[in-house]
Amino acid sequence: MTATSLGAPVERREGRQKVTGAARYAAEYHLPGRAHAWPVPAPVARGRVTAVDTSAALALPGVLAVLTPDDAPRLAEPEDATLAVLQGPDVPHRGWCVALAVAETLEAARAAARAVRVTCAAEPHDVGLDPGHRDAYEPKETNAGYPGRVEHGDPQAAFAAAEVRVDTVYRVPPLHNHPMEPHTSTAHWDGDRLTVYTSSQGGTTVRSVLAQLFRLPEDTITVVSEHVGGGFGSKGTPRPDVVLAAMAARHTGRPVTLAYPRRSLPTTVGHRAPTVQRLRLGAHTDGRLTAVLHETTTHTSRVKAFVEQAAVPARVMYAAPALLSSHRVVPLDVPSPSWMRAPGEAPGMYALESAMDELADALGMDPVELRVRNDPECEPGSGKPFSSRHLVECLREGARRFGWAERDPRPRSRTEGPLLIGTGVAAATYPAAAVPATASARALPDGTFAVRINATDIGTGARTVLAQVAADALAVPVDRVGTEIGHSDLPPAWLAGGSMGTASWGWAVHEACAELASRLAAHTGPLPADGIETRADTAGRADADSPYARHAFGAHFAEVAVDSVTGETRVRRLLGIYAAGRILNARTARSQFTGAMTMGLGMALTEGSTLDPAFGDFTETDLASYHVPAHADVPAIEADWIDEEDPHLNPMGSKGIGEIGIVGTAAALGNAVHHATGIRFRHLPLTPDRILTGLLAGG
Amino acid sequence: MKSFGYLRPDSVQEAVEAYAAHPGARYLAGGTNLVDLMKLGVERPAVLIDVGRLPLDTIEELPDGSLRAGATVRNSDLAADPRVRDRYPALSQALLAGASGQLRNAATTGGNLLQRTRCPYFQDLDKPCNKREPGSGCSALDGVHRDHAVLGHSPHCIATQPSDMAVALAALDAQVELYGTEGTRRLPAAEFHRLPGEHPERDTWIRPGELITGVLLPAGTAGVPSAYRKARDRASYAFALASVAVVLRVADGVVDQAGIAFGGLAHRPWRARHAELALLGAHATPAAFEGAVDLELMHAEPLRDNAYKVSLAHNLALDVLNRLAPAPAAA
Repeated sequence: MTATSLGAPVERREGRQKVTGAARYAAEYHLPGRAHAWPVPAPVARGRVTAVDTSAALALPGVLAVLTPDDAPRLAEPEDATLAVLQGPDVPHRGWCVALAVAETLEAARAAARAVRVTCAAEPHDVGLDPGHRDAYEPKETNAGYPGRVEHGDPQAAFAAAEVRVDTVYRVPPLHNHPMEPHTSTAHWDGDRLTVYTSSQGGTTVRSVLAQLFRLPEDTITVVSEHVGGGFGSKGTPRPDVVLAAMAARHTGRPVTLAYPRRSLPTTVGHRAPTVQRLRLGAHTDGRLTAVLHETTTHTSRVKAFVEQAAVPARVMYAAPALLSSHRVVPLDVPSPSWMRAPGEAPGMYALESAMDELADALGMDPVELRVRNDPECEPGSGKPFSSRHLVECLREGARRFGWAERDPRPRSRTEGPLLIGTGVAAATYPAAAVPATASARALPDGTFAVRINATDIGTGARTVLAQVAADALAVPVDRVGTEIGHSDLPPAWLAGGSMGTASWGWAVHEACAELASRLAAHTGPLPADGIETRADTAGRADADSPYARHAFGAHFAEVAVDSVTGETRVRRLLGIYAAGRILNARTARSQFTGAMTMGLGMALTEGSTLDPAFGDFTETDLASYHVPAHADVPAIEADWIDEEDPHLNPMGSKGIGEIGIVGTAAALGNAVHHATGIRFRHLPLTPDRILTGLLAGG
Repeated sequence: MKSFGYLRPDSVQEAVEAYAAHPGARYLAGGTNLVDLMKLGVERPAVLIDVGRLPLDTIEELPDGSLRAGATVRNSDLAADPRVRDRYPALSQALLAGASGQLRNAATTGGNLLQRTRCPYFQDLDKPCNKREPGSGCSALDGVHRDHAVLGHSPHCIATQPSDMAVALAALDAQVELYGTEGTRRLPAAEFHRLPGEHPERDTWIRPGELITGVLLPAGTAGVPSAYRKARDRASYAFALASVAVVLRVADGVVDQAGIAFGGLAHRPWRARHAELALLGAHATPAAFEGAVDLELMHAEPLRDNAYKVSLAHNLALDVLNRLAPAPAAA
C-alpha cells in the first residue's frame, strides 16, 4: 500500500530553479527586438489632460514611441475601469497613466517618460476619508458580494440595555501589497495572435479580459505566468501593465516589456483601502454578548466602487442576539483600492478582536475565556450550521503552548528595566470556498503521470501540492507525477486568490486522477504510446450552494516589548494555531502561515501609508519609506494546526490557508501592546511616534 | 536615457582636475544614494568621476594619536575596525545602525557624509521642493512631515540629514578632510553640514570641486566613553526618527568632557552645545543631565505632526548619558 503523500512536507519543486536564478519571471523573456515601456503618471489628482507634448521625448536616442490618450489603440470598454488606460483625457486620481514611453532600453524608456510634457486642467480634489463625509453612502454589496448591511435583533436597543458596553473606533491606514516582483508583462504580437508573459495570479482571467479589450477570440491569445513573485491580491485580475504592454507591442510592432516601477505601484495596482471602524459590544456581566455592532467606513476611487468588507467577520465570529454589520463608502479622488491579503477580514478582525479585548478588560475576564464563552452554535449572520469550527480548540491549544495561564492579566504588570512586556490574543477567521476548475491527467507508458491545469504558483508551492493531490488519488509516489501549470493552453482554472486556489484546482485534479485510476484499474495490457488521459470539470459541484457555513479559524498569541524610552515596539513571540481542514503540505503550509503572520506584524507595527492631502497620492512609495518588516523585526514565529476533518468542503477536505495568517495577527499584537503599556492604541501602525506620545500622555 | 561621461582618475589630484574640467560633474563612490537619485532624475550629472577606487581606503594611526579613515573606506569596514570599536564605539555603533548589511558593504565614508535627505518631496520630481529646485516651495511644510526637522529648519526647508555616521562624527569632534584646487583644508564634522536657511539646495559647506579625502578622529576623544542610540520604525533598515551620539567623560563625579549630537532632528547633525556647556564641570547626575538636555531642546520648534521628536530626543539623550556616566559612589 502506498502511503498517502497528502500532508507530507514535500519540498517545493521549483525551489532549486528559484534560488539559482533559472526560474523565469515575466520581464525575463528576452524576445528578439524586445523594447521596454515606462508609464507617465498624471501629475494632478483630478482634472483633464489638455495636452501631451511628446516631441522632447521622441527626440531622445532609442525612443520608439510615446502612446498618449490621443493615439493609443482603442479598447473595448472594460468591465474593470482601471484597465481603460490611455482611452480618454480624464484624470481620476494622481498617478493615473496618461502616457507610455517605449524605447530600446529600460533606461531610454524611463528618460523618455520623464521628458513627456503633460498639461492638465486641474480641478479641486478631495482624498480625505471622514465617516461624516457628505458623499458617504451605504453600498448594497461589498467586495466579494456580501450584503452591505446585515442587521437583526434591534442592536441599538440591545446595546443601550447591555450591562457592560464597549464603544470604540479603530483606524487602519491604506496598506500596500508590494510583492517582490512588480506588476510586469511582456507582450508580443504575431499577426493577430497575442502572447503575453505576465506576472498574474490567474492567467485564465488575463486571457478573457485581453480578448474582450482587444476584441479577439480567446484562442488567439496565449498567457504565460510560469513563476510569479508574489501578488497578495494585487495581481488577482489583470492590471494596467498587461494592457499597456499589449497596446505598446501592437503600436510599435515589437515585443514590449512593461515592469511597473516600484514607485508607481501604490497608485496603480490597488491598495487596501483605509477603514474607520466603530465597534460597539454589549454583554452581560458573565461575558455573554448581547449586541455586536460593527460599522465601517472606507473609501473608493472615482474609477470603480470597491468596498473593503471589514464588517463582515462580525457575521461569523460570535453569538449575540443582536447584530449590526454595516458598511459605508466614500468615493474620493484616490487611486483605486483593491484586494490585499484577506480583504475585509484583516482590517475587520483587527477592530473586532481589539474590541473583544477591551470588553474582556471591562469585564475583568480572561480574553480567551470571553471568546470561548461566545462561540456560536451556528453562523450568526446566516443561521447556517458550520461545516466545522474549532476556534475553541485553537484557542485552548494556543494558550497551552504559549503559557497563557501564567500570564498576569493586569496591564503594565511586567517590566524589564525600561521595557514594558505584554502578551495578547486574538482569533482569526477566513472563508473556505472553491470555484469550478478543469484539469486533465494522463498516465504514460513509462509509469509516470502528467497533470495539467492552468493554475498559478504565486510562491505558495502550487505545483508541489497539486502533485501530492494527484499522487494521493492515483495511489502512486509523488515523484511519478508531473504538474504543468501557468499556461493558457492548459485546461482553464481560476486564479490563486481568496484562499481558493488549492481547493479549486485540487478538486479538479483529484477528480481527473480518481477517474484515471479507475480507468487504469480496468485497463489490461500495455498503455498506448500517448497514454490514457482523463479530464475533469468541477462546475456545478465546486460552486454548488452549501447548507453549511464554511470557514477556517485560528488563534494568534503575541508577546511584545515596548521600549518606554523610545516607544519602539518589538515582537518577541508570535504563535498561530489554525483549524483549516486537512493541511495538504506541512512545509509549504507553514511557510504560508508564517508569511502571512509576518505581513500582519507589518500591518500592526510598521506599515504606514499616508494620502497626501495636497497632492492626492501616497507619500510612502518605496521600500525605504513603506516599512515592511525586516528580518530583524521578525522573531521566532511559530505556526501549527490542529487536525480537522470536514467532509463538507472538497475531496481533499482542505480549507484555504493563504490569508488567515494575517487576520488575527494585528489584533493580537495590539492587545499585547495594551497589556504591556496599559494604554489602548486604536490607530495603526503602532509606530514609536504614536506609542511614545501615548506613553507620555497616559503613563 | 540621459547619457553621462564616466572617468576613473588614478589620483586625488587627477580627480579634482577632472572635476574642474567638466561642468556638471559629480563624484561617484559607493553609489548607494547617487545612483538612486540619478534613476529618479533628481541628480542629472554630465560626468561621473569615479573616486571609489582611489587609494583612500585605509585606516591609519597618526603620530598625534588620532585615527584617519580614508574617504573610500567602506562603512562596514570602518564599523568593524578594532581601533574604531575600541576607541570610538559611538562611531561603530552609528555605522551599524545605518542602512542594511549590503548597503554598508558598498557605501563609503565620504559618500555617507554626502548622502542627501530622504524627504519624499525631494525625491519626487512632480512636487515642489526648494532643495531640489530652489524657489519652487517646500511641500513638506504643510504636508506629510512626521519625519522632518524640529531644530534649525527654515520656511524654505524642513528636511533632515539622514546619516547616522555623521552624528557620531559630530559628537566625537571629528574633522572632515577636503582637497580642492586651493589645496587641503579641514572642517569640523559638526560644522560640515549646513542649516537650510535660504539655500537648502546646499547641504554642506563643501566648495565646488572639493573632494572628501578622509575623516580624522581626534586623539582627544579616543577612548572616552561614547555611545550611539537610534529610534526607528523597524528594527533594521530605517532612518532615524531621532538618534543621539554621546561622548562623556566623568572624573570624580564631575563631567570634564561632553559631546552630544542629535540625528534626525535637523538639516545637520545637531551638536548640542548648550547642553554640553551646562554639563561641563557639573556633577554627573540624572538631574543635571535632564536639565542640560532640556536646555538644548527648548530651542526646538516642532511642526504640526512631529512634536514627538522632542520627547524622543530627550529620552534618548538621557538614556545614553545615564548609561555612560559611571555609577555614583555608594552614599
